[in-house]
Amino acid sequence: MTAFDQGSVTLATFAPVRSKGQRWRRRYGVAAIGATIILVWFVIALACPYLTRYGPDAVDVSLRLRPPSAAHWLGTDELGRDVFARLLYGSRISLFTGFVVVLLGAAFGTLVGGAAAFMRGRAEELIMRLTDLVLCFPPIILALAIAAALGIGTTNTIIAMLVVWWPKFARLAHSLVLVQRSQEYVEAAVVIGLKPARILARHIIPNAVGPLIVLVTLDLGNAIITFAGLSFLGLGVVPPTPEWGSMVAEGRELVEQWWVAAFPGFAILSVVLGFNFLGDGVRDWLDPKARQR
Amino acid sequence: MRAAAPGRTAPTPAVLAVSDLRTQFFTDAGVVRAVDGVSFTVGAGEALGIVGESGSGKSVTAQSLMRLLEEPARIVSGRIHFQGRDVLAMTPSELRKLRGAGMAMVFQDPMTSLNPVLRIARQLVETMMAHGSFGEGEATRRGVKLLGRMGITTPERAINSYPHQFSGGMRQRVALAMGMSNEPALLIADEPTTALDVTIQAQILELLSELNREFGTAIVLISHDLGVIAGLCSRVLVMYAGEVVEEGSAEAVLSDPKHPYSWALVNAVPRLDRDPTAGKRLTAIEGAPPDPLSEPPGCRFAPRCPFRIERCSDHPELLEIGPGHKSRCWVTQAGASLELPATAPLSTSPVAGEVGLATEGSEPGEGGIVALVRSSPPRPISPSGRAFGAPKERPTDLSHEGRGEEPPFPTPLLEVRGLVKHFALPKRGFFEPHRYVHAVDGVDLTVKRGETVGLVGESGCGKSTLARLILRIHRPDSGSILFEGNEIAQALPGTIRPLRRHLQMVFQDPYASLNSRMTVEQILDEPLRVHGLATTAAEIRERVAELLEIVRLDPKSGARFPHEFSGGQRQRISIARALAVKPSFIVADEPISALDVNIQAQILNLMLRLQEELGLTYLFIAHDLAVVRHISDRVVVLYLGKVAEVAPAKDLFAAPLHPYTRYLISAVPIPDASIERRRERLRLAGEPPSAVAPPSGCRFRTRCPLAQPICAETPPLLAEHRLGHFAACHFAGQF
Ligand SMILES: Nc1ncnc2c1ncn2[C@@H]1O[C@H](COP(=O)(O)OP(=O)(O)O)[C@@H](O)[C@H]1O
Ligand code: SF4
Ligand code: SF4
Ligand SMILES: [Mg+2]
Repeated sequence: MTAFDQGSVTLATFAPVRSKGQRWRRRYGVAAIGATIILVWFVIALACPYLTRYGPDAVDVSLRLRPPSAAHWLGTDELGRDVFARLLYGSRISLFTGFVVVLLGAAFGTLVGGAAAFMRGRAEELIMRLTDLVLCFPPIILALAIAAALGIGTTNTIIAMLVVWWPKFARLAHSLVLVQRSQEYVEAAVVIGLKPARILARHIIPNAVGPLIVLVTLDLGNAIITFAGLSFLGLGVVPPTPEWGSMVAEGRELVEQWWVAAFPGFAILSVVLGFNFLGDGVRDWLDPKARQR
Repeated sequence: MRAAAPGRTAPTPAVLAVSDLRTQFFTDAGVVRAVDGVSFTVGAGEALGIVGESGSGKSVTAQSLMRLLEEPARIVSGRIHFQGRDVLAMTPSELRKLRGAGMAMVFQDPMTSLNPVLRIARQLVETMMAHGSFGEGEATRRGVKLLGRMGITTPERAINSYPHQFSGGMRQRVALAMGMSNEPALLIADEPTTALDVTIQAQILELLSELNREFGTAIVLISHDLGVIAGLCSRVLVMYAGEVVEEGSAEAVLSDPKHPYSWALVNAVPRLDRDPTAGKRLTAIEGAPPDPLSEPPGCRFAPRCPFRIERCSDHPELLEIGPGHKSRCWVTQAGASLELPATAPLSTSPVAGEVGLATEGSEPGEGGIVALVRSSPPRPISPSGRAFGAPKERPTDLSHEGRGEEPPFPTPLLEVRGLVKHFALPKRGFFEPHRYVHAVDGVDLTVKRGETVGLVGESGCGKSTLARLILRIHRPDSGSILFEGNEIAQALPGTIRPLRRHLQMVFQDPYASLNSRMTVEQILDEPLRVHGLATTAAEIRERVAELLEIVRLDPKSGARFPHEFSGGQRQRISIARALAVKPSFIVADEPISALDVNIQAQILNLMLRLQEELGLTYLFIAHDLAVVRHISDRVVVLYLGKVAEVAPAKDLFAAPLHPYTRYLISAVPIPDASIERRRERLRLAGEPPSAVAPPSGCRFRTRCPLAQPICAETPPLLAEHRLGHFAACHFAGQF
């Protein structure tokens, strides 16, 4: 931005003054929407037996492909199962796999990347080349290949996703630790005589977690959509487990019976949006510069 | 060189007239009156200086002039007339025109006005074409010419480069070229040299002065450094807490300030043209500027003012107290003078004696500072000055030779021999050979118990690296470091850890050197625990309070976080952390260069007091030579990873032997307009060469006017030319 770039310059003289509440809403309003969506899905995942009288696997072929009605709010699928019930139960597996993949991937990646930056030398070289190697494949294709090799099933798909998931956290943690370790307060800790483990735990990690938390939040939606994608392609869950991706796959050919595929599609969309909104808010909250606005 | 004072002619019609400007920030916490009723004019071709500490409203004033402010800032009232037109009433398109062609601005960090992803050519040519006066070919030709005029050696190549390919000084030249591209009537420079070395600063100031003279461009120069203002500006505004507190000619304000705040600014800085042994303590006014959210109702300076009288609870107006000299102070408006603050409640009253000497070095007829210092006769220290200011044994004879003296500090505490550190750069390609930065390249250094050794040199010469090697933050490639008889150059971390109790460091950046997630108490208790100096919670709390007391912070502030403190207070916390383990030796890497002059004086005084009370030994790194001379017993000059000269402070400044040292000393601006104007300057051209491929033989030869063929072949050895005075030059003392 040049100083003469008019685009960035508000004509401050005439700009309206915003109240505190207006500013909060502008900064965190979207994040609050995101948080609400996520919260609602969590409540649903925990309370789904109480929210519907149908079981997710209750087959009734006589009721197959019924449109939405008072009895079946979101209609029924090819086996006559209640779409609403399957949708609610499906949130469990989506949220579960999302959190498992992202948290385990982040934990492993952070550890490896952070250690690489802290140790320097050959170990760092080796680890970072390995992450480069994984990162040069398109993630979904690599996960697909690994999952296909391991065989269908939730656990196998999670393992496949973990293999492609940790490197981005390793990269981020590596650069964060590199930045922190050359900060003067870390040098001061060395001069005081602290041992490396304590410097890492007490000084470097607390100052490096911010961006990692942002990435974790933004990435949850990403992981959920990837898992749904793999299930859509026939990997992931074993039928008849209710899962949004496989529900979309089942409704794929049913153009007339739109409700079978559309509602799980919306569910995926809402969760992903929710995490993205929340992640943006977390980023603003952790960035002191954006916070002042 | 700077003979004719720029723009010092009879009053000219004003280019810029500002009256009663008020700019406020509407923050969550309340309304901050950043600029509160500022009025001034700038005549055509005039150079006006604005000084004041950070937060006093200098930059906001400048940004208001060009209407560059962003929310939540608002200009709430006032008038700004530029060449007779009302800036506050301009439409966006009129403003655009004004900013490009009428007024231009350069900033402290030139990167803020350069776009990092565009070539210089694009940015420069676009600025010129934007106002329709030039076609592309014409604009490019002019751009090359302008860059050359700004002192860029190969402008044809430079114009096709990206900003990051330049050093800080070069970027500032590019920013100036952009600013000057449409020949504005007014150039606003906001701390343009603060981030630069003295040698480069001198070059940029020279350039600004030439622009002022040649193009008749009016200049508003904002700086916290009175020396910078002194050479260039004919008139000075002093700002405090959003108000102008004094206005007058540069001569008058700098030599006879009429507001206590300006008086404090003028006396807070050590000066090269004054005898430092006359009184070691600087005039530091205690306290900090008022909270911008709740300024005192009366005089805003009253809480810190040593001249305060009863009437000061009323707010004073800015009134004329002499021809062209205005002050916002009841005391001087009543005709009183600020010369003798003897009764003032200063923590450092003995300085009073020095204030009387203010014009000592500035008698007519004494030309440059170099000549001036040289011709100063040996002068015995006054008994009073010595009693207070010179606690250590100092030789009474101040003559340059000083032979036959006993070395005042017999035992070496630290001995560094042949220290080398090369950093590997990232490889450019897989098959490319490794390239190395020769950061420290064979440095010898001795620090004796109880003394202060100053370390100076341009940025990138290896000062910080040397400090970090001595503290074993980095491990040297070769060489030896003997600390209290222990060889630590290659020692394992576990072996060094117990020694760290005696060897501590204070860092440059008061913001980066404290972990922002820990409270003050947690920061201070870490070193205590590590070395087993305090174990129980009660012991720790007691020691933390004691440490805070020692550095003059509220002993009860242990539970607060670093961000609740100002820069100067944070530097005190940093010093307290270093003191926690009761060290004997402290390495201070530019501990005051990020602070305002008044805070600098406070911290320097604190460090001097601690040295007296605790018998500390300092290695004091700085790029400000006046400060180094003020605090040091001996000075080491570093150039591109090698020692150029070592000498007792007084000898080094009185009779430097190495050409580089002479240039460095000559580049330091002196905050006295009349001296600064008469001064014969030695200008050091260019910038230090790259430390990746340093020149063969003598490293200084590429910039040295004395260089002979032998200088390229044989590296000069650091040889003792006088007692205790070493220089690495084949022609030492012949410049
Ligand atoms: N960790 C590092 N890696 C690579 N180069 C470095 C590193 N630290 C310093 N340097 C380089 O070493 C030289 C000396 O730097 P420094 O000691 O910081 O100088 P000074 O403190 O005098 O400004 C510079 O060229 C700098 O870029
Ligand atoms: S008016 Fe009073 S308090 Fe203010 S600067 Fe003058 S003497 Fe000091
Ligand atoms: S050795 Fe030669 S090049 Fe180096 S400083 Fe001396 S005269 Fe100049
Ligand atoms: Mg440095």
